Amino acid sequence: MSLIRRLRFSRFWPMLWKEFIQMRRDRLTLALITVLPAVQLVLFGYAIQTDVRNLPTVVLDESRTSDSRRLISVIGNTGNFKIVGDVATRDEVQTAVLSARAAAALIIPPEYARDVRAGRTATAQMIVDASDPQTSAAAMSGAQLAAAAVATQIVSARFAAPPPLELRVRPWFNPAQRSAVFIVPGVIGVLLTITLTLITSTAIVRERERGTLEQLVVTPIGKTSLMLGKLVPFMLVGFVQMTVVLGLGKLIFRIPIEGNLLMLYLLAIPFMIASLGVGLLISTVARTQAQAMQLSFFFMLPNILLSGYIFPRVAMPEPAQWVGLALPLTFFLKVLRGILLKGVGFANVWSPTLSLLALATVLIAISVRRFRKTIE
Amino acid sequence: MTDAGRHPAAVVTRGLRKVFGDRVAVEGLDLTIPRGEVFGLLGPNGSGKTTTIRMLCGLMAPTAGSADVVGFDVASSGERVRERIGYMSQRYGLYDDLTVFENLRFYGTVYGLHGEARSTRLEAHLRALGLDERRTQLAGTLSGGWKQRLALACATAHEPEMLFLDEPTAGVDPAARRAFWDSIYELAGRGTTILVTTHYMDEAERCQRLAFLSRGRLIALGTNAEISAQFNQPRIEDVFIELQRRDEATHR
Repeated sequence: MSLIRRLRFSRFWPMLWKEFIQMRRDRLTLALITVLPAVQLVLFGYAIQTDVRNLPTVVLDESRTSDSRRLISVIGNTGNFKIVGDVATRDEVQTAVLSARAAAALIIPPEYARDVRAGRTATAQMIVDASDPQTSAAAMSGAQLAAAAVATQIVSARFAAPPPLELRVRPWFNPAQRSAVFIVPGVIGVLLTITLTLITSTAIVRERERGTLEQLVVTPIGKTSLMLGKLVPFMLVGFVQMTVVLGLGKLIFRIPIEGNLLMLYLLAIPFMIASLGVGLLISTVARTQAQAMQLSFFFMLPNILLSGYIFPRVAMPEPAQWVGLALPLTFFLKVLRGILLKGVGFANVWSPTLSLLALATVLIAISVRRFRKTIE
Repeated sequence: MTDAGRHPAAVVTRGLRKVFGDRVAVEGLDLTIPRGEVFGLLGPNGSGKTTTIRMLCGLMAPTAGSADVVGFDVASSGERVRERIGYMSQRYGLYDDLTVFENLRFYGTVYGLHGEARSTRLEAHLRALGLDERRTQLAGTLSGGWKQRLALACATAHEPEMLFLDEPTAGVDPAARRAFWDSIYELAGRGTTILVTTHYMDEAERCQRLAFLSRGRLIALGTNAEISAQFNQPRIEDVFIELQRRDEATHR
């Protein structure tokens, strides 16, 4: 039999046909496939703002001079702080921070201007509500940078000379420093993980629950066609979701697409295979669809926390970084961000690609073996 | 028989045995079922009926012994066996979210039907089983009797040489059961070998030959009359009750 003939009459096609009809009719699956990408995109694209902007700030200006007003305006212009009002006493500062009207306070003492003019070290105080260390850290460094800039100005003015050193910081790849640019490419990876583990595993467990898997095994379909028929449709769905998120990300969040899209789609394949391996593995462990769902969510958690999707991996304790190395998403995020934001070629993503290939091989080998045993 | 060396009988088992952990489900089963026979496999719950059927269909590998089905060894020529048999389980194996026709078309295609031949066969099949009017109904919304009929249609669309029915009429009303058995006899009339497990004694009486299993062992084999005589009981039903009583007595 020729290859074309074999392909044409492969028992894989009726599986594919059936799977798409079922997908179309199952409301939950349909919702997960269509609504989830949109929700994820908006949720993570808009809500996750790791850059701290407009921290409400009150000012206690006891100096009331042009010098003190310059310091206030420079700090206000950093974008980290938003001056929401003036207060008259230190007690009012405390009240404002305690009542959460303000998350920061700038206090300039009466002798500030005098010290500046006399060439002494002038002091000002910045109080920041540091209950949330992530927010406050960014704000504090913003304030320090602003103060350093003011100090340089004072020194140059005094000696009528240009500043001795200027560090020119150039934020590459995301010059406006928008979180969405960093997060939205990651949404693709997270979505694919959900589709290929949660939806795939529940679809397989459903077949077992309803007795259709057993029915399929007594047909001449063959275990390979059976598995491919169950896995390939979700891979196709994954590609559609990827395209939708890329399109919406470009339209709504203006994320850059610097690199080669064809390469991105190709490199998505090992990632999808690895994720399908996880989905298949879950289907061999779970007895009910509810269990499959729980296990999938259990798998999602480390993916969101440890892959570098939101929190930088370099900042994590080492054991957490090791766990991250077992997650396909960790490596796919590097590929996604590399290609989309930096426009890198294969020379710069071969390392995560190799890791993805290794994970895909191991995961699919284990899960296929287990799956074959369950249908014996 | 075109294939040389195929055993003329539909089923031949030799010392078939299945062990789950330390529980013996089927023990040393030797059974021969000639082609065209309607053969009943009886026994109380846990006697090994379903395990036997599952081994014959290739759903489960035996611990020891071997089985030839429609002339092929199940272990070594599984695919040839699967192409030539039909299987209908108590759970029917239908897709609730596919319509009647889609279910039939799916299974028909999986069994290798294509193009013109497929349409002709499926249409004829739908009409023969009275499913024509319900072709666009979702299988999940069918009543028990119609589901059973559709399951039978799906299991026989490829005109198998042999049909395995595992408690096919559990939870189906008497009228539907009668209609179902009419279809079974029609299939048998066309030469299909039927192996059926059942709890219903009136169904057992419809079989040409019966085998009684108790705790995995074959304890009686023959026609209705032969078995009734063997156990000195007036009817098969009484044999069954007597066997179950003995079974429970030894269990204590």
